[in-house]
Amino acid sequence: MRLVFPNPGLDLRIPNYEDLDRMETQEADDRPKWDNKAQYILTCVGFCIGLGNVWRFPYLCQSHGGGAFLIPYLILLVVEGMPLLLLEFAIGQRLRKGSVGVWRAISPYLTGIGVASMLVSLLIGLYYNTLIAWILWYLFNSFQDPLPWTQCPLNDNGTGFVPECQRSSTVDYYFYRVTLNSSASIADSGGIQWPIVLCLLTAWTVIAICCIRGIGTSGKAVYVTAILPYIVLAIFLIRGLTLKGALTGLKFLFTPEVDELMNPTTWLDAGAQVFYAFGVGWGGLISFSSYNPVHNNCMQDAVILSVVTGLTSIYAATVTYTIIGFRATEKYDSCISDNIMRLLNAFHLPEDSISTSNYDAAFNHLNSSSPDIILGLDIKMCDLQTLLSEGVEGTGLAFIVFTEAITQMPGSPAWSVLFFIMLSCLGISTLFGNIEGVVVPLKDLNVFPKKWPNEARTGVTCAVAFIISILFAQHSGIYWVTLFDNFAGSVPLLTIGFFEMIAVVYIYGIDRFNEDLEFMVGHKPSIFWQVTWRFISPLIVLVILVFYLVTRVQEELTYLVWDPNSVEFPSLASVPYPSWIYVIIFLLAGVPSLAVPVYALCRLVFLCCKKK
Amino acid sequence: MLEKIFVLLCLPSALAHQLCTPGASDGYKVRLSIKTALGDQAYVWNENEMFLFRATLAFAMRTHFNGQTYNVSNIVVCDETPRVSFWFVVTSPLDTSQLVSREDVEEAVRKSRNRINSAFLLTDKTLEFIGIAPTLAAPVYPDPPPWLIVFGVIMGAVGAGIIILLVTSVLQKKRKKNEKNVKLTKHFHGTEWDVNQQETDYRVTVGNPPAVSSVVAYCSSVPTLNAMLQ
Repeated sequence: MRLVFPNPGLDLRIPNYEDLDRMETQEADDRPKWDNKAQYILTCVGFCIGLGNVWRFPYLCQSHGGGAFLIPYLILLVVEGMPLLLLEFAIGQRLRKGSVGVWRAISPYLTGIGVASMLVSLLIGLYYNTLIAWILWYLFNSFQDPLPWTQCPLNDNGTGFVPECQRSSTVDYYFYRVTLNSSASIADSGGIQWPIVLCLLTAWTVIAICCIRGIGTSGKAVYVTAILPYIVLAIFLIRGLTLKGALTGLKFLFTPEVDELMNPTTWLDAGAQVFYAFGVGWGGLISFSSYNPVHNNCMQDAVILSVVTGLTSIYAATVTYTIIGFRATEKYDSCISDNIMRLLNAFHLPEDSISTSNYDAAFNHLNSSSPDIILGLDIKMCDLQTLLSEGVEGTGLAFIVFTEAITQMPGSPAWSVLFFIMLSCLGISTLFGNIEGVVVPLKDLNVFPKKWPNEARTGVTCAVAFIISILFAQHSGIYWVTLFDNFAGSVPLLTIGFFEMIAVVYIYGIDRFNEDLEFMVGHKPSIFWQVTWRFISPLIVLVILVFYLVTRVQEELTYLVWDPNSVEFPSLASVPYPSWIYVIIFLLAGVPSLAVPVYALCRLVFLCCKKK
Repeated sequence: MLEKIFVLLCLPSALAHQLCTPGASDGYKVRLSIKTALGDQAYVWNENEMFLFRATLAFAMRTHFNGQTYNVSNIVVCDETPRVSFWFVVTSPLDTSQLVSREDVEEAVRKSRNRINSAFLLTDKTLEFIGIAPTLAAPVYPDPPPWLIVFGVIMGAVGAGIIILLVTSVLQKKRKKNEKNVKLTKHFHGTEWDVNQQETDYRVTVGNPPAVSSVVAYCSSVPTLNAMLQ
């Protein structure tokens, strides 16, 4: 006896097998269709492979024990990611509706899951497109030689650089001051940064044109946006491997520390990364699968997508760390050269008496003979390991570390253009799924008038989203982006994923689901899928959710600011959030998570009142 | 007699050496990093190079003070090190025991800095006058900003694309509507059918069941009409 909650009227809400076959053969459906299987796979790959693969996974890999991190990552990919993926694919393909439609068909009380997915997709889409706007800004500025982030503006008498630039670096200054003009706190909005507004306009317009006819247009666009990143990564891999210090970076990335596997945070971070990487819970995958033919082999698709995502993460991490290794080696070499020059100047030694190879010996000799002079100099400690681990996550990786590395390569404008085109393609292809996950539920919830064509719905959604995202074009925009990143895309997604599995396994019924898969694919899902759907995957998601909530609630909420007046400048200073931020956090994380139970309760109350 | 002449001859150079000391208030320290700048093509620093330096500096002083004829002998150098660094002071051509003030020397060097650098194939960083900060080259800001140009190109292309897509959608819809009108008119033997009217009052105009079934049978082969009926 399977544990299934009573669900009256389910058969009335969903098409039965004869209906499905008839719709298939007669093409009597008005639903859009994929032109070919390749479009579908490329769209899903583009959706899953996003900016996180370039700037989150490599950092996690390196900080949690290098090569050893691959073990929890791959295990959780198979045990947590793949079952969730197949669940969304199969339910979309079977019920042939977008996310709200699917959950409403399973049970009207569960519509809240669809609403939550839509809210999460909207909130994530807002800040994600801001990241793409910043990427576009850098892309637009890459068409000049020398690149603008190699130069500091001069101070008033022309003998030195502006102090903010002098104390940090040209790339830091360009990102925080020239591009964002960041204020010193999230409360200090400062005004609108107009170049960023223009870039936001570009980003939203590009998304609008690619999604304007739904998968009719986005299906064509993915041929470019999903394939181009792989080509560019290959080019960067070849270039990266020929650079000095690439192998240092790769060794740093992949050197396994098996002790890290004992640390629970390693497994939690791996699980969270797998979960977010697959784009489960956004609603886009359900929508995309619903355009598939009924007998499409979704099991094969889930496995293919999991394998592709895993391999791409490792591929992107390799490329990233060759470039990081190169930059760290360059900085180390220049640090050593600076120290050598200081020693030569102080002791009046001829120029080639100290080289990088005999630096240590010479330094020790000079230190022992005249330590007081050495103390008076400003000899810096050059540590390659520190340089390899600095700033290598998130926006810091793309806009600071990578841009600095690119300026050291010959022909830097070309490399810069390639790199930012790749990042923008990665981001845009993820946003296709995002927009799908917002527009289709809005249509199902009848937010738009019925007569409106798809073009109008997409256009209005993008226009409204553009206006809301001007929030991120303020001088405090980067702090808002980080806030959204931390809260809108974490707890709600885990909650939705958990509810999705409970809904399909225990409310729709795992037996019915197995029969559906047998009808669609030809054979029942094996014992692996049964066990993971019923116990393992929900348990893993629940554990990650609980641990995440516990750690978040315990720690004081702080964020990093760029403050030239702070003591830690040029490092980012850690300051606590203002107290009104808790309201915002509740709106971002609480409202989507609570949408599921609240909707069910409201519906219950409404029906009870109606009966009376 | 001979000793007196000897002392008199040595006096200028002795005086000159007294004038130039490391840390002199009117002198500057110069540091050259030839190997850093030129690598394999670095030249060896020797007496001839020093002569060139003194001559170049005399040139700089002459350029700055129009009319006063400075000579190589007015540039006094001391404290040479293997690093290739040394101190120099500039004596006035009118009175060799008087030094030219620090500020004047600084101005003269600043004015002709480029010429001094190119005489030695060096740059501001590799030919350092300690205490004279080089005037840095201002960053190049091309006008109009290149990013606006790229932005304009992309927005223009995307805008044109959107307009084209919208226009083709509208045209396609109009064409479909006309086709349906023509098809329905043909099927029902000349009765003028308007697709819009069809939506609301087909039940009224088509009376008995066989006609309804023929309409349904026809309509089920036209996808969108079927959707309307369902």
